[in-house]
Amino acid sequence: MDVKFNKKERNTQILFTLMGLLILCIFFSITTESFLTQRNLLNIATQTSVAVIVAIAETYIIASGCIDLSVGSGVAFSGLIAATAMKAGMPVPLAMLLALMTGMMLGAVNAFVITVLGIVPFIATLGTNSIFRGIVLVIMDGVPMSGLKSEFTWIGSGKLFGWLPWAVIFMAVIAVVMAVLLKKSKFGRYVYAIGSNEQAAFLSGIPVKKIKVMNYIISGALVAFAGMLLAARVSSAAPTAGELYETNAIAASVIGGASLTGGKGSIAGTIVGAFIIGVLSNGLNLIGLNYFWQQVAIGVVIIAAVFLEVVRERLKK
Amino acid sequence: MLSGRDGGGKELGNEMKEYLLETRGISKSFSTVKVLDGIDLKIKRGEVHALLGENGAGKSTLMKILTGVLEPDGGEILYEGKPLHIRHPREIYDYGIGIVYQEFNLLPDLTVAENIFIGREPALPLKGFINDRRLNRDAANLLEQLNCSSISPGRKVATLSVAQQQMVEIGKALSSNCRLLIMDEPTAALTDSEIETLFDTIRRLKASGVAIIYISHRMSDLDAIVDRVTVLRDGKLISERKYDCTLKDLLIQEMVGRELNQKFPPRPDYKRGKKTLEVKGLNVADKLFDIHFQAYEGEILGIAGLMGAGRTELARAIFGAERITSGEIWIDGVRKQITSPNKAIAEGIGYITEDRKKDGLMLEQTLRDNISAASLDQFSRNGWVKDYQVEAAAEEYIRKMRIKTRGSGQLAKTLSGGNQQKVILARWLCRKSRILILDEPTRGIDVNAKYEIYELMYQLVGQGVTVIMISSELPEIIGMSDRVLVMCEGKITGELAAVELEQDKILRYAMANGMKDSGSSPVGRE
Repeated sequence: MDVKFNKKERNTQILFTLMGLLILCIFFSITTESFLTQRNLLNIATQTSVAVIVAIAETYIIASGCIDLSVGSGVAFSGLIAATAMKAGMPVPLAMLLALMTGMMLGAVNAFVITVLGIVPFIATLGTNSIFRGIVLVIMDGVPMSGLKSEFTWIGSGKLFGWLPWAVIFMAVIAVVMAVLLKKSKFGRYVYAIGSNEQAAFLSGIPVKKIKVMNYIISGALVAFAGMLLAARVSSAAPTAGELYETNAIAASVIGGASLTGGKGSIAGTIVGAFIIGVLSNGLNLIGLNYFWQQVAIGVVIIAAVFLEVVRERLKK
Repeated sequence: MLSGRDGGGKELGNEMKEYLLETRGISKSFSTVKVLDGIDLKIKRGEVHALLGENGAGKSTLMKILTGVLEPDGGEILYEGKPLHIRHPREIYDYGIGIVYQEFNLLPDLTVAENIFIGREPALPLKGFINDRRLNRDAANLLEQLNCSSISPGRKVATLSVAQQQMVEIGKALSSNCRLLIMDEPTAALTDSEIETLFDTIRRLKASGVAIIYISHRMSDLDAIVDRVTVLRDGKLISERKYDCTLKDLLIQEMVGRELNQKFPPRPDYKRGKKTLEVKGLNVADKLFDIHFQAYEGEILGIAGLMGAGRTELARAIFGAERITSGEIWIDGVRKQITSPNKAIAEGIGYITEDRKKDGLMLEQTLRDNISAASLDQFSRNGWVKDYQVEAAAEEYIRKMRIKTRGSGQLAKTLSGGNQQKVILARWLCRKSRILILDEPTRGIDVNAKYEIYELMYQLVGQGVTVIMISSELPEIIGMSDRVLVMCEGKITGELAAVELEQDKILRYAMANGMKDSGSSPVGRE
């Protein structure tokens, strides 16, 4: 019996996406001089780190068959809480903890609307997204809070040994932990099980609601951390921070092999997906293509990636 | 209805003219598996031609080729003596071919008339707009021809009964001058009286010259309508002959490929042990009323009843998936509060659902994941799964239950129905469930797989497991149960010991609460 063949199957999919990323890198290395420099590559990694963490949070939610459209406002919310707390004189670690817990609370609110009120995740988080963003705008009155303390900003802009950005290190640690949690833990298995068939999971004794609540809380924490990284990097908490991050997070998950019907998706795939988007916008910038055209290119890539997957499925048949 | 028939030219002999449809050496492979191998199917004009075969014999694939859904790898199709090339499934209407799939392809939110003429709506002079008056009038005419004028063309399909929906499907298939109608398992979801109505319709269509390819598992359907019969097995055409009712055993033999003396394995020697489950005064709002019964280890307890009698609700209530309004559940002499499947499983109860795709399997996950789904607690420590244990358990049950698979990493959706059912059984065996509720355990699986499932059930009771089997097939209830509860409208109306099991006795209890429409008994078939 060929026990491992399904694993191979999944690995080839990631290889395909990875190849796409590589081709993009080669293309930009040839067409621009500045792409393939240590400085630029680290720059991409730093800039993408926030998107990667948000996308990991989204992948967890998508694997469970749900969706979270409120990650963008979650990013702004945690930046606001951390900044406000620090401005009020709270010690930095405590302020960060408070922001993290606020993020978990936002996740719990999402889970409440979904599991208790019984509203489908798309609508539920469409609503909470607007609510969270609205609250941020009201509190900040639309004005960014800048001049954050350096004890805080190092997480977003500081460098280890003077060259390795802390943000990239945080991203890597989170990625490894979350990948192992999804693949090797009971919680992770349950997330996939619920995403594949919620009824079957329920009738197999899996505590569906509890897992969903935990899932939204965990991803809420991740989003909050991403929000702090962003605020730290730009040294300010903006009320519009993280706008439309949900689109990129969903796109990264899907490029990485997640399916919006649930039960599929991997952290490795999502990271590659997020980097495809990151490299693309960086490279197009270097080429000199303006931001509006970058939007078009990213859209094309999303559709092309999923289309390739569709073609592969068809060929298998 | 026969316009457009032209015999197919002079060069074709009389023999050709005899056949409306003829396939020559149709072959089809999926990757490396040959699913059809040189099929020569011959359908005469105006006959009802049964196509028999077990699941996986190639019937559906052949029909998909006939209707242009799939392309054959080799061979040709002659229709009215001329080669038939269908590039798009919609073109079959142009040739007067219609098909009624087992799983209906109706759009529930559209009306009956809209469904019948979907894609071919009569147009108004202004292009793109639909002539609703003609649409409804044409649909009404068609339904009248089918003796179904009680179905209003303007009704939404979602509001119709299953039998009525099927008539709409037939109407849709007939709507364009149909000369060949393909019906895939048309009686699977119908009650006896509805089946009679369907047979009347088939006879009438036949009389008007329509040829019908009739695919069915149900041997009892054949007597009433079939003229000729073709048997497929493992992608090959085994036999083709005129049908008469003495052929049944032979046909089954040909389908199965081995002599099938009995449908049920010999009952091994096992004895009823102590009481494991007792239900006292169980009520579920609007569904179950004052249910009392006991189940014992080493016993197969059958639960019979008509559709909607509350059998599945009872199973779900015991399993904690249905909210109990009052009543008690005792396990091994201790009263238990079972408020969720989680708690039921902890008490050793397992539940194999009626619809394995909808609420049993996780189709996109591996066998390994499906088999271990209810046992991860036991395969993990501090929340981390021990993969080697999961793997070992999956391998063990794949071997023990003879699940045909390439390995434990195969996705559940790629298995056949019988093997999928075994995977779900494996899930509960893996969990070491002591009380197993099987809801329609053999629905939609082929004769061989059925036999294996029965053998497994015997093995389980032999090991002291309490087996509760819900079934709509009376022969199965009678063949396998040691004791039978009969339900009707949410109540238990009768209890029968193995020696008193007879079809009509069970039926009488099943229809205990005043029959509204006599004869409509999904249990009473066969």
